[in-house]
Amino acid sequence: MARTFIYVVHRNGVVDDSAAELVAAAKRIDASATPTAILTGWGTDLDAACDSLRSSCGEIWKVAAEALTYPNAELVRQALVSVLPRNSILLVQHDHFGIDLSPGLSIKLDSAYVSDVLGIESADANSLKLVRQEFGGQASTHVRCDVSAGAVINLRPGAFKPEQHGSISGAVIDKSSAVVSLSSRRRYLETIAAESGDVDITKHSVLVSIGRGIQEKDNVAIAEELAEVLGAAVSCSRPVVDAKWMEKSRQVGSSGKTVKPKVYLACGISGAFQHLAGIKGNPFLIAINKNPKAPIFQVADVGIVDDVLEFLPELTNKVRELRGVAAK
Amino acid sequence: MEILVCARRVPDTSENEIELNAAASDIERDDLVYSINEPDNYAVEEALQIRDRVGGNVTVVTIGGEDDEEILRRELAMGANQAVLISDDAFAGSDGKGIATVLKSFVQKGHYDLILTGVQAHDGAAQVGGMLAAMLDYPFASLVNSIAVEDKKLKVSREIEGGNREVNEIDLPCVLSIQTGINEPRYVGMRGIRQVASLPIPTLGASDLGVDQGAVGQAAAKVTRIDYFVPASNKGAEMLHGSREANADRVLELVAAKGGLK
Repeated sequence: MARTFIYVVHRNGVVDDSAAELVAAAKRIDASATPTAILTGWGTDLDAACDSLRSSCGEIWKVAAEALTYPNAELVRQALVSVLPRNSILLVQHDHFGIDLSPGLSIKLDSAYVSDVLGIESADANSLKLVRQEFGGQASTHVRCDVSAGAVINLRPGAFKPEQHGSISGAVIDKSSAVVSLSSRRRYLETIAAESGDVDITKHSVLVSIGRGIQEKDNVAIAEELAEVLGAAVSCSRPVVDAKWMEKSRQVGSSGKTVKPKVYLACGISGAFQHLAGIKGNPFLIAINKNPKAPIFQVADVGIVDDVLEFLPELTNKVRELRGVAAK
Repeated sequence: MEILVCARRVPDTSENEIELNAAASDIERDDLVYSINEPDNYAVEEALQIRDRVGGNVTVVTIGGEDDEEILRRELAMGANQAVLISDDAFAGSDGKGIATVLKSFVQKGHYDLILTGVQAHDGAAQVGGMLAAMLDYPFASLVNSIAVEDKKLKVSREIEGGNREVNEIDLPCVLSIQTGINEPRYVGMRGIRQVASLPIPTLGASDLGVDQGAVGQAAAKVTRIDYFVPASNKGAEMLHGSREANADRVLELVAAKGGLK
């Protein structure tokens, strides 16, 4: 069995929540092994992050270099190529950093690459049987990955549940000397914070959230009318922002806002995992979608197969009747 | 600037209800609606806008078969200078690395300053751009949502968590994967497509590109799909099957019960 490593992201000395998910996934590959964590960075923040993993990882490989202070994937990739033993399996979180890092890393390591993995069904010496999704979550697939020359596997955030395990006392091992020189033709300049926008959707207890099913910009008013009578706010999924129908500040998802409403009305939203990642606090989720196969129905509490352009005005009228206001 | 855009024709996820076939070995492919992969269309639009600002040419390439010519025709109608179809039975069953290997051979036949891909296709892999960059030893940035051209380099921003943007400077030549929403792709009508109907689209095969056939196709693939399947369902939603009016009544009751009516 190839040795399994996990690449752990950290910030200000604190490891990302995904570390526990990566540990859980590593145990799916080899239940008897304790995974080895690799962390890159610089200074006391890196030391603190490494120390915090000693209770869950057998070894923590520390790779310190000033050039790695900011996690520029181009530089992290070079460092990992220097440090990682050949033929090992490396697990990485499938987020904006993992997408940047991993495909090229697998080429430099001459190993296999599988992205956005939701499950590890079985593992033997030479292959893994993995679960993925295609078509925006509408179809699931089993994938076989030949790991005889190692592999880089990116894991979907939230797909692997952290497990309770006995506390161990892992050792931090300094591997910094393996990295000789780091230089990149891509240089990090700055991070620009998201604009706040006119309405703060994170503060609302009821969200009327619209997706591609709203079809055109003029139809956004249909959702706004419903939100007005409910005392709710209108939020949206990515395609609505891409089409410039609503401001980016209204977008729910991993690249938008994280919301915690009591009630979430998903209107014409298919339910891509990046969207669902922005819905926290287990709200009561009502989904309306024309497509009965839409993945949103897998996670909703209540579902209706209907055209939102027809259903939302009906619902608006019902609220108006209840409130004693004459229907338009 | 010489710009190459790698594009792909895919089943349009927003237009199809994806179902498994009777044997659960594949999705039902009859009657699927195909279109250009949406992020790839944004990549072509971005390439055209850069060309129109600084001069140069935009080439669109795809790997596939005759049917895939339709998206090349469409991107020519948008304004691409040329389109190339790469097609060979030897490429069938390639994994992401195999596809990147074919594209690398094509890139090395020309001189491109900038290579764009869409961030991901219908399989959600988001892999070919990063692999291609590593094979060419070019710098790479993913999830790019703005590009400014400077002297021999670009200033690009990447979409990171929470709607924040990470700004990078990247030297040319480079490979970027383009996120949706970076621009507003121009509309292409049937008339525009008819106007480019007679433009030649060269087709290149493995021997034209000098691709090592041992490095591509099913035999070289380390990652292979075994099957499609229906996941053992978590409980799923309670579906309402009433009339529209009855469903609206029920939703209103539920919203009220959950404290959603102020």
